[in-house]
Amino acid sequence: MNNEITGAEIVLKSLAEQGVEVVFGYPGGAVLPIYDTLFKQNSIKHVLVRQEGGAIHAAEGYARSTGKTGVVLVTSGPGATNVVTGLTDAMMDSVPIVCITGQVPQHLIGSDAFQECDTTGITRPCTKHNYLVKDVNKLSSVFHEAFTIAQNGRPGPVLIDIPKDVQFASGTYEEKNKIIIPSHRLFEPSPDFEKNKIEEAVELISKAKKPIFYIGGGCINSGPKASTLVREFINMVGSPVTMTLMGLGVVGSSDKNSLGMLGMHGMYEANMAMHECDVMINIGARFDDRVTGRLDAFSPNSKKIHIDIDESNINKTINVDVPIIGDVKQVVEKMITVWKEKKFQIDDKALKLWWDKINKWKDVDCLNYNNEGKQIKPQYAVQRLYELTKNTKTFITTEVGQHQMWAAQFYKFEEPNRWLTSGGLGTMGYGFPAAIGAQVGHPDALVVDIAGDASILMNIQEMSTAVQYRLPVKIFILNNEYMGMVRQWQELLHGGRYSESYTDSLPDFVKLAESYKAVGLRAKTTDELDDVITQMIETKNTVIADIWVTKEENCFPMIQSGSAHNEMMLSKDQKQDKKSAEKGKILV
Amino acid sequence: MNKSVYASPDQVSETKRHILTVLVDNEPGVLARVIGMFSGRGYNIDSLNVAEVSNDENISRITIVTHGTSEVVSQIEKQLLRIVPVHSVTNLDQEGSSVEAEVALVYIYISDTNKKKVYQLCDLYRARKIENENNTTIFEIAGASERVNRFIKEINEITKVEIVRSGPVAISSIKKNEEE
Repeated sequence: MNNEITGAEIVLKSLAEQGVEVVFGYPGGAVLPIYDTLFKQNSIKHVLVRQEGGAIHAAEGYARSTGKTGVVLVTSGPGATNVVTGLTDAMMDSVPIVCITGQVPQHLIGSDAFQECDTTGITRPCTKHNYLVKDVNKLSSVFHEAFTIAQNGRPGPVLIDIPKDVQFASGTYEEKNKIIIPSHRLFEPSPDFEKNKIEEAVELISKAKKPIFYIGGGCINSGPKASTLVREFINMVGSPVTMTLMGLGVVGSSDKNSLGMLGMHGMYEANMAMHECDVMINIGARFDDRVTGRLDAFSPNSKKIHIDIDESNINKTINVDVPIIGDVKQVVEKMITVWKEKKFQIDDKALKLWWDKINKWKDVDCLNYNNEGKQIKPQYAVQRLYELTKNTKTFITTEVGQHQMWAAQFYKFEEPNRWLTSGGLGTMGYGFPAAIGAQVGHPDALVVDIAGDASILMNIQEMSTAVQYRLPVKIFILNNEYMGMVRQWQELLHGGRYSESYTDSLPDFVKLAESYKAVGLRAKTTDELDDVITQMIETKNTVIADIWVTKEENCFPMIQSGSAHNEMMLSKDQKQDKKSAEKGKILV
Repeated sequence: MNKSVYASPDQVSETKRHILTVLVDNEPGVLARVIGMFSGRGYNIDSLNVAEVSNDENISRITIVTHGTSEVVSQIEKQLLRIVPVHSVTNLDQEGSSVEAEVALVYIYISDTNKKKVYQLCDLYRARKIENENNTTIFEIAGASERVNRFIKEINEITKVEIVRSGPVAISSIKKNEEE
């Protein structure tokens, strides 16, 4: 009768039943029983990273590029504390992650044992939920609940802390379908949810004279179908649409309705349209401060519709007129049905005037930059990368800073799930491990991490991981020897005092790549750029392409902190007035 | 308050005291989740009370007294509901009618000169003397917070005291279906 297996075996069996194919992790004392079980099986692949922080970003990259849940396995103490940044990142950007941490045996908990830390205490605010499993018989139900919670509603990271004695103990395994999760622990939109609000919203859209859709990462989390529906609905309305950093790709860049990204470094026309619209339709975005700018001047004359799966986002910073709580896919599907049923038609004349106005804003050509000389402009490097990769299935990840914004501005995304960047937390060091995760999920695709010289060094140790698993990830460094965004803020807001933003003693990135038995390439002038990019794409190995760009290029357009959407700074009016600099520098 | 230019311009309602009752699964860490949300997001807790209310279902009731504008308190309610073990959040002030009470235990420094006054006051407020082994003067007073406040203020004028208060608990007084 003995159906009992060990806790470690229950862990692996739960992962297998949840359809997990790959785990990113790093072994250590408190997870040895799980690693021992891992050794004895073949169904789940393990990717050994070089630091736990790399594991969780890799899991994020895997999750966001595949739509599956990313799984991380690390040890107690430092293993757990090293994943805290990644957990917070996943929390902010709503990425489904299950993170398994080992814990010291229960009789040692609280004794300041070797590699002990209060993992559930430390990670409580940066996970959707976490568990310390004390009873081996509860292990399988905890795992199944954890996966459901990570994926359900607004996705997020869930952590399971397992003391070593529980991994050794014997207990019974319960299958996924035998577990009943009480409804209050999950988010379930009611089937007929907010029908009236949907009708109210659709009617409001139909009466709009200057509508704009404001699309966020929630559309991507809702699955590829959601993007299709959003595109369909926007086409029916004929309205302009702008996307947040997290929402890029929901509507294709080449779509006639797309105004590109909005916000601090967004497009002039997108921000102006947000400012002057009369009806704003927010789908799956959360009025982040990088998007809104100064709140009391945010889109002052519009009626706002807000579709979000997380009720706490409603009226959090911006008060809205028509809130709808629900999943984008379901809500937009109903909106389309209502639009068709009621045969709504938008006022064509008004819409044409609105587009005329927008086209005038487009004429400002806000991304314009001076591209003279042989020196490579960072913007030009991204443009060339786009031109030379656009016909390949390409995933772009980024680190955080100027290069991230240039990537968002100049790389044109036509599909969802192809763009992986740390939006909410702004984690330098995210891009390279995320690219590793994306490459694991898509072995045949081209995965490029557009990086800065400072950010890449934050997780450079993962070169070893990429090479070990023969992951042909491309690192495309826009090298200006500065923490570019810090430098830019210091120039604009702190009187040009470049305090600690210059990176002295950078490594020779070509030799660095070679030391890992990867390929290093370098472009110093515009003449070399295309060749380097082509060679990078064609190399079936991990590549670092070190692109030397102009050192003091600034990222424009820009809404300075504390300014409104209609107070954008363009590259031509770079000279800054003192007053707004004083006002802006106290903000982040 | 946050004076940032990012602060919402629409905070027009006045700051008020609110009593929230939160039903939660009685599992380890649940209280830390609730109070961590308050401290992490910069909300106020004026008082907090936790006790198991049902023996069979393993559910606890947390009573939190907080203050803030209605926008802030509504945000608190929504943030509480995001916590996985939270069943429900009720804002008793919004429901309109609720009954609240708290208990205070008061150690009174008594002497021959103030004895009469102390006993008169305790009598007036229906504070009950608690017998104890050391035969010290300890009174218990229960009731609405304002009543306890008044009692403490007045007894303080007479003599030195030491006080411990439970913080308020509250329950909705709206008539429920009492079939069972």
